[in-house]
Amino acid sequence: MTQPLHQMLYELLKQSTGFIYPNEIEVHWGILVVVYPYLTGLVAGAFILASLVKVFNVKEVQSVYRLALLTALSFLLIAPLPLLLHLGHPERSFEIFLNPNFTSAMAMFGFVYAWYLMVVLLLEIWFTYRKDIIIWSKNEGFTMRWIHKIISLFSTDISEKAVLFDKKMVKAITIIGIPSAFLLHGYVGFIFGSIKANPWWSSVLMPIVFLFSAIVSGIALVILIYMVVMPSRKQEIDMACLDKMASFLFYAVIVDFSLELLDFIHRLYESEESIKILSDLVVNKLFISLGIIQVLLGMLLPLGIMVLIKLFRIDAELRKLLYFVSAILIQLGIFATRWNVVVGGQMFSKSFRGLTTYKMELTGIEGLLMTLVLLVLPFIVLALLIKILPPWEHAPVSDLEAVSD
Amino acid sequence: MKKLLPKLREQTARLLIVFAVFIGVVLLVRYLLPPSLKDHRIHIQTTVEREMARPVRYAGSDLCATCHDEYNLKKSGYHKNLSCETCHGTAKEHADNPAEVKPFIPRNRDYCTRCHAFDPSRPTGFPQINPAVHNPMKPCVTCHNPHDPKPPSVPQECQACHAEIARTKAISSHVMLECTTCHEVPTEHKITPRNIKASIPLEREFCGKCHGTQSNVKETTKIDLATHGEKYLCWQCHYPHMPEVE
Amino acid sequence: MDRRKFGTKLFTLVVSGTFVGGWLKKAKAQTTGYDPSKHYYGMGIQINKCIGCGRCVEACKDENNVPREPFYFRTWVERYTIKKDGEVTVQNIDGRVNNPSENISEKEILRSFFVPKLCNQCDNPPCVQVCPVGATFKTEDGVIIVDENRCIGCRYCIQACPYGARYLHPEKQTADKCTFCYHRITKDLLPACVEVCPTQARIFGDLRSSTSPLGRFKRFNKLHVLKPFLNTEPKVSYSDLDGEVR
Repeated sequence: MTQPLHQMLYELLKQSTGFIYPNEIEVHWGILVVVYPYLTGLVAGAFILASLVKVFNVKEVQSVYRLALLTALSFLLIAPLPLLLHLGHPERSFEIFLNPNFTSAMAMFGFVYAWYLMVVLLLEIWFTYRKDIIIWSKNEGFTMRWIHKIISLFSTDISEKAVLFDKKMVKAITIIGIPSAFLLHGYVGFIFGSIKANPWWSSVLMPIVFLFSAIVSGIALVILIYMVVMPSRKQEIDMACLDKMASFLFYAVIVDFSLELLDFIHRLYESEESIKILSDLVVNKLFISLGIIQVLLGMLLPLGIMVLIKLFRIDAELRKLLYFVSAILIQLGIFATRWNVVVGGQMFSKSFRGLTTYKMELTGIEGLLMTLVLLVLPFIVLALLIKILPPWEHAPVSDLEAVSD
Repeated sequence: MKKLLPKLREQTARLLIVFAVFIGVVLLVRYLLPPSLKDHRIHIQTTVEREMARPVRYAGSDLCATCHDEYNLKKSGYHKNLSCETCHGTAKEHADNPAEVKPFIPRNRDYCTRCHAFDPSRPTGFPQINPAVHNPMKPCVTCHNPHDPKPPSVPQECQACHAEIARTKAISSHVMLECTTCHEVPTEHKITPRNIKASIPLEREFCGKCHGTQSNVKETTKIDLATHGEKYLCWQCHYPHMPEVE
Repeated sequence: MDRRKFGTKLFTLVVSGTFVGGWLKKAKAQTTGYDPSKHYYGMGIQINKCIGCGRCVEACKDENNVPREPFYFRTWVERYTIKKDGEVTVQNIDGRVNNPSENISEKEILRSFFVPKLCNQCDNPPCVQVCPVGATFKTEDGVIIVDENRCIGCRYCIQACPYGARYLHPEKQTADKCTFCYHRITKDLLPACVEVCPTQARIFGDLRSSTSPLGRFKRFNKLHVLKPFLNTEPKVSYSDLDGEVR
């Protein structure tokens, strides 16, 4: 089992330039550790989008509210998988819950994840859907009826007071949920940002940059899903909703870009000891993934497109196309951002005297195929969730519909 | 208790029950688990014990001395700082079972040249030879007793230990100078080199003997001792083993 | 005696009994005869004595069963070559193969030396701080150890170590690193690397003792540690450490 690993490492040894500490030849956090922050980022971002409706009363985005919540849930459920697959001993992963070391940011994963899943996301979805599930379950086939009954915890009260209570709870949970979402993804940024040994990671801005790129990717994801799912159900895309989401995406991209620009300028200006090897890293190893994909294609191009849309009157069909393209570019860009942080941080030696390479395999646990599976799985889960909890049907109840959402 | 229930909404009651069950299960599992899984102090204790129980492979020189006389021979020679196992490899098994398990005895030249082949990064004063020209076909032990490695003869004198300086000097303008021209070397220096050192010239006039304007030596560059770098000793600027001018 | 008093007395008896029992249990665990509270280990390295033979690297791999491939080192030696134009070249000396300086002409060398490296057994260890399950910890005698039964192989400690001292054991799939040969030092032996060093470039001892080679080392040398600005408080000190060493 170690033979192919060693063969690869011998080859990498030949490709490293300068001097690296001998133990550094193995890149420890590979593609799986890139996928994890990407997935949790999408969770946080989708949730923030949903919270715009309930907390900030942005009415235009109402139609994607439930879709955003379901997206967040499906990605959250798959998020621990890449971590589990990456561990040397996944069978001992329960130790994080049983014997956490409270000085470790990584130990917080178990608790933050559990909190976010149970107290925020599941609760919010439950309160949002409760009335509808109860009503739906009255007219359904056997399996669906029982699924809905169990999900609703056999609740039956759909009186006006109960429904009002539900709405109040949703608002309250969203208010708690926003800082929880910040924590869910911010702690990942802190995991990197608190490593003083690595100057590419060690930065106060790291959790903030992670968070804003998460918001960017989450909103872009919901836009993508919305634009794919609606036509597939032969339904009209609500342009007001789409424009509003794109607007928020635009603001988020501006903030994210400014933060990353600030980090860049700050590094160059302070010109600390690591600047030489880091410049070497960016220019030689990360030129394509950072310069081209993250910045040019993933940030500047979508930004330019959205500026154009804001400045000029463009008709709906073209706008849809542009939004779609921007959202995809942004996904690529944010994935590249995660790559540049995680893998980039391991491609230079802590001796500041050399660079090494990361070779991603095709097959195997840390391979490209596994990554693709992990990236597709949440969509499968989402499809399942949409079947059980359709986000666009509100159960028909005559006078209760009059209560504004 | 019954008075509370009607006050709670139906949803809240159900949620509370679910959470209570969940928390109850968590607490129960935690309680049921044996302390060896939970108690950090037990983890530390078992790990420390496990580490301490690992097998020892190097016996340590003191143990070799209990049976082998060579240790006493080594004690006063140039190899006195070497541990027996530096050359002979792991010997704990041999110490436990002296009759059947024998440690490795190096006889190959490769073994000695590992430390004694010339390498420019080695500190000055460490005896080094050029293995390609230094009796290349003979095993080192033919002339040198590894437990008391006095060199049979030292034709190259200073160069035997100060190889790098000699090599540097050999391509400099001072190539024709003997080391002893500038350095007074007491005989004890060869025996306790770090304790009794060779001397270095302490006056400008010493270099002036060859380089002063009054000097009779023909091939040297001449400078006026009175004005040239008067505050300093010559070697404070010019490296005597490679005395470049710039 | 009424019931209340009896109850209190019984309660006190039970509680104190548990404490005594726990204390006795702890005392029983110290049957090995080694008392960690009486020691606090550190190491000194004299750069001027290291000849880069690599025997320490080999001995460590022998003693601790470290995989032989050149990707896993508990200790290693770096060769620094500083040229006259200021360019610095660093190479890793693989334990078995002596790498000659590649393409560097001796004439261009200004300074050259070897630097042995190992886990610094920091007093403020970033690796212990970040381990999510507390699998790596500092013992009472100052040594940082990994519990291979608890390590989940997340590799966070490897990322957090500024010195590159840790690696992931390919078979055990847990983090591994130098333990100062804990199984040896607790039996009054020296770590393997110190044992076989031919020039005594490595000095091991108790930091609290002043009558020891380590005590003398600390008294007579200007000491340096690696990356002091990171405040890891390493317990491995270097003398004659060049500013170019990272």
